[in-house]
Amino acid sequence: MNGLSAVFRRELAGYFSTPVAYVFIVVFLFTTGVFTFYLGQFFERGQADLKAFFLFHPWLYLFFLPAIAMRLWAEERKSGTIELLLTLPIPLWAAVLGKFLAAWAFAGIALALTFPLWITVAWLGSPDHGVIAAGYIGSLLMAGGYLAIGCCLSALTRNQVIAFVLSVAVCFVFTVAGAPMVLSFFQGWAPTLVVDTIASFSFLSHFNAIIEGVIDLRDVVYFLSLIAVWLYATAVVVDLKKAG
Amino acid sequence: MIEIQNLVKKFGPFTAVDGISLTVAKGEVLGFLGPNGAGKSTTMKMLTGFLTPTSGRITVCGHDVAEAPLEAKRSIGYLPEGAPAYGDMTPRSFLDFVADVRRLSGEERRWRLEKVADQVNIVEVLDQPIDTLSKGFKRRVGLAQAILHDPPVLVLDEPTDGLDPNQKHEVRGLIQSMAKEKAIIISTHILEEVEALCKRAVVIARGRVVAEGRPEGDGWRIGDILAQPGKLDAAFRQVTQPRKAA
Repeated sequence: MNGLSAVFRRELAGYFSTPVAYVFIVVFLFTTGVFTFYLGQFFERGQADLKAFFLFHPWLYLFFLPAIAMRLWAEERKSGTIELLLTLPIPLWAAVLGKFLAAWAFAGIALALTFPLWITVAWLGSPDHGVIAAGYIGSLLMAGGYLAIGCCLSALTRNQVIAFVLSVAVCFVFTVAGAPMVLSFFQGWAPTLVVDTIASFSFLSHFNAIIEGVIDLRDVVYFLSLIAVWLYATAVVVDLKKAG
Repeated sequence: MIEIQNLVKKFGPFTAVDGISLTVAKGEVLGFLGPNGAGKSTTMKMLTGFLTPTSGRITVCGHDVAEAPLEAKRSIGYLPEGAPAYGDMTPRSFLDFVADVRRLSGEERRWRLEKVADQVNIVEVLDQPIDTLSKGFKRRVGLAQAILHDPPVLVLDEPTDGLDPNQKHEVRGLIQSMAKEKAIIISTHILEEVEALCKRAVVIARGRVVAEGRPEGDGWRIGDILAQPGKLDAAFRQVTQPRKAA
């Protein structure tokens, strides 16, 4: 556990050791505000809930979270510190998990800083706090999914920009898999089972279920197993590509 | 303490290390010589568990690197080529991180951190970001990281590269002061360093051991050649260059 917590702490401190973390958090909060109040018409809806806020999360995360994850392994590879990290007595899984958890914690901090919105609805009306809490939990789980994908693709390259672009592309596929546009493309010819499987891989369908206020175990399992699979892939990629 | 048997590493069709065997005992400083691309760094990367060998066996302090990598890594201090370090950290936080990973704690931890910073002479830059340090300081931070847990085995890939003559002298003194208690492997291009530090040398070229060297009289014997003090480079050239067809 020493290795895991040391990597986690080093990585999390790494985010805050440069202005990047603060710039990121400010821009993230500003953008969520813009989306919630203008596009989401928070006030015009006249409802005391945070749906207008949560609905945009998949789309915000699509760009913000690959930006958090891109440095995790690409930077180690570029600066050569990967050799240092992997020759320290840390099991590979602990290094992979520690880095991922640091990124996830950072995303969690950014998400937690949107709490004034919760206070705002609570002050304006009487929202269902259970639903809002579910939304936050769902959002955090989904963030983990995006970050795990970003982690893996960051391990593929030494170039952070490539890692970012690849992550956005793969995350986009996972986000829209359940959108009507994508499904109708398959519906004409593919068996229902295939169409359903594709739909079930979508972040959107699972996340939308959660922000309705229902934390279904299946949705939670979906996100957690997605994270596990991508982190396993990260470990494999790191192990295979050490030399390059 | 270090035992390497028939080590082979292939990258696709290219054979970087082609059947190297060697042992290093406690109290021994082995010089690892060879031209660039000879396979020195690749061998060190396998020894420290970074790369997986294509075949062959490595044991460090009785731990098989392939089967018990963590135990082996615990007994090794490693300075990788180019002394990589996390640039956005300060030497202090970087060494703290390594101390965490190495499970140093309490009084021992504080004492080791203090001692090591003093040994490699980085006390004055402990709180500057590593990115802003000169090459010599970076190298010494890397060295500090390697000796922090006082390991029985030290693997140093070009430890004095980028240091000025004074710093080289200091680092050599440091290595010498630790030599009695440890098994040390040093790779280097600098032949005078071999004379100053090593009790034995192995010359590697094209992935194979082409010659062994040890001090003899005032000079060194490398393979069949007896080199005069300070004249190792001619012998080095002779054993590492491909034999020209007669």
